[in-house]
Amino acid sequence: MQTNIAISKNEAKSTTSSPKMGIKNLSVFYGKFRALAEINITVQSNKITAIIGPSGCGKSTLLRSFNRMNDLTASARMEGEIILDGENINTPGVDVVDVRRRVGMVFQRPNPFPKSIYDNVAFGPRLYGIRSKNDLNEIVEKSLRQSALWDEVKDKLHQSGLSLSGGQQQRLCIARALAVEPEVILMDEPASALDPISTLRIEELMHDLVKDYTIIIVTHNMQQAARVSDFTAMMMIDDQRAGRMIEFNETQIIFTNPKDKRTEDYVTGRFG
Amino acid sequence: MLRKTFETEIKQVKDDVLILGSMVEESILNSVEALKKRDLKAAQKILEGDRAINKKRFEIESQLMILIATQQPMAHDLRLLASILEIISELERMGDYAKGIANINIRMGDEPLLKPLIDIPRMAEKGVDMLHRALTAFINEDIETARKIPVEDDEVDALYNQVYHELMLFVIQDPKTIERANWLLWVAHNLERVADRVTNICERTVFIVTGELTEITDTDNEFWHPHKHE
Amino acid sequence: MTTTRFQELIAKNEAAHSRRRRITNAVMLTVTGLLTLLALIPLFWIIGYVIYRGGSTINLDFFTQLARPLGMAGGGVLFSIEGTAVLTVLACLFAIPPGVLAAFYVARNPNTPLGVALRFGTDVLAGVPSIVMGLFIYALVVVPAKHYSAWAGGLALAILMLPIIVRTTEEMLKLVPHTMREASLGLGAPEWKTSLSVMFPAALNGIITGFLLAIARSVGETAPLLFTALGNEQYDLGTIIGGGIKYHQSLSAIIGRIVNQPVDSLPLTLWKYSQQPYPERIDESWGVALVLMIFVLLIEILARLYVESRKRALQG
Repeated sequence: MQTNIAISKNEAKSTTSSPKMGIKNLSVFYGKFRALAEINITVQSNKITAIIGPSGCGKSTLLRSFNRMNDLTASARMEGEIILDGENINTPGVDVVDVRRRVGMVFQRPNPFPKSIYDNVAFGPRLYGIRSKNDLNEIVEKSLRQSALWDEVKDKLHQSGLSLSGGQQQRLCIARALAVEPEVILMDEPASALDPISTLRIEELMHDLVKDYTIIIVTHNMQQAARVSDFTAMMMIDDQRAGRMIEFNETQIIFTNPKDKRTEDYVTGRFG
Repeated sequence: MLRKTFETEIKQVKDDVLILGSMVEESILNSVEALKKRDLKAAQKILEGDRAINKKRFEIESQLMILIATQQPMAHDLRLLASILEIISELERMGDYAKGIANINIRMGDEPLLKPLIDIPRMAEKGVDMLHRALTAFINEDIETARKIPVEDDEVDALYNQVYHELMLFVIQDPKTIERANWLLWVAHNLERVADRVTNICERTVFIVTGELTEITDTDNEFWHPHKHE
Repeated sequence: MTTTRFQELIAKNEAAHSRRRRITNAVMLTVTGLLTLLALIPLFWIIGYVIYRGGSTINLDFFTQLARPLGMAGGGVLFSIEGTAVLTVLACLFAIPPGVLAAFYVARNPNTPLGVALRFGTDVLAGVPSIVMGLFIYALVVVPAKHYSAWAGGLALAILMLPIIVRTTEEMLKLVPHTMREASLGLGAPEWKTSLSVMFPAALNGIITGFLLAIARSVGETAPLLFTALGNEQYDLGTIIGGGIKYHQSLSAIIGRIVNQPVDSLPLTLWKYSQQPYPERIDESWGVALVLMIFVLLIEILARLYVESRKRALQG
């Protein structure tokens, strides 16, 4: 008689949170070239989902599908469903501007606008017609507090955003994204251009933010993905150089007992 | 091949585990042999040998700490290193059992054995043989073999039962032999525990390969079952 | 310390090699120094000579008086300076908006038919001789209006400035990291707002430099003005504006008087005076040359100062 004390289950445990976003059979083409093939993924609310994989496997392309940023590339075409709160946003009739407000993005290199710190954060709200000084002050303070930058800049809000250090600039960009109250935050290697201390700060920030937001992060730093995320998606390119999802599971399983050998090879560094 | 250095270091650690294992195997066999022959000098040597076993165990542990800190092991590597920590701990305990036997030998001093030792050496040989095969299975990540070894623990348990009953008879016939009977019972007990610990090593081997930590208890034929007592 | 084979080989050739190296060093330094001086000589010579010839003519009257008939003392080239200013302002007004907008379009859509056409057109325009531009405006504007005017001159100069503005603005826009545009779009901003509020300010430094380059170029042009602005030695803004206010003329009428007349410009005046057989005029033309040189220098300095101050503001 075998007594099984299972330490890990094969399937992702069903969580109490609900799916915030999902992708069904997504393929992304640049002209004739298929960059992503048949991606399926579910992103849970108030969780951090990480996308990992070797260089060039399409992680950023996938991330940018969530907020229709691929549209900015002229030759890009997306087939399949991109679902936000149950509705497919990959249809022509959808208001892309609203999608981008609800699904915000933070980039790899900090890129504050050449404006004051205040104006950087207020840029988004002003776009949506918020004009009153008091309202804007309130939003700016709230956003800067949420991104753990307020105390460092509250006395110099009118200095240029570019006068801050790299780590501060990235937190400014996060505040800027938060100012329009998104529901999902996409992060494309948010700490790869930062020093280790700033990186850890950003990771701490993610833990705070996830209480109110859903976060999807692309990272090539496996340890970061392991530290930070609840779910991890492993991607790789196939023979036609299209990116595919190899494995998607709870982070602890991906990093202690992955099911696919390719995932195992990648996380143990034997891939190459 | 990527991570060549890491691979080499893992191999080195595995070899060290085997070395530790053979030190322990020798210690167990020698302690029983010394008891059989009432060789107190040999018993003393085993006590010294135990210090070497402990030292080796801590060396391996340090090396593992370094590997874990510097190499960020994941998945299979992680399970392997974590399991080695467990296995060397088991081996060190087995070494302590051998030390216990040597200590009893020394405490018995000049007193003769209560009876010639037959079953006890058999227990030792069986346990050491199980250990040896378990460690081989561990090195080769051979879960088929690893799964089959724990059942042999029943043989060792049966031998223990025999020793127990024999010694009880002695004591009932002549209560003055109780001290010497006790010594021998304790030796048998240590050897029975050695076999038990081999089972843990087998479970760890399965864990390394499958990621599942399960108890492999094939039968309920344990000594501690109440209905076994008369 | 043991030496390697390589170190041995070096040591073998040490003495001869280092002497050779020292000599080569000295020779090359001398040669490059001399050639640099040679290149700088024309610059300093010109500046020096213009100062020498024109310095004596410069006095307060020069800057504040209109031309006086020959023989009378105290004439000046105020008309010329004011004319240059008006022409420059008009040229900027005509050239900058279309130039910047065209540059935005080309930077965003380099591969559409219109984008390609704009690019190509700009490059061709850059190579057109300035006198041809003057003729073009003459036929288009001066003839139908039946008179020369400042705004015709401004137009001609504007066409000259256009390629420079388009090119530099486009290059500066391309230098703005595309992630900045994406950040703006990612927040939900429409394209036009992104261009206006984010890309433009980001590229502003370089764009302004482009403007100033274009202005510096147009300030020195004479040929296009020959058939458009013609010249006007009695042009005086003070009189025009003062008179307008005194006689309660409307703003549009005053502006009309400013731009509808023929005007002079510094290079034009220089050319005209240098043609005349009178020594006073020749001297005055040297003075104008000096003023022109100083004018261009001031523009360049202004450009530098502006860029530096903006840079410092941005870096806190």
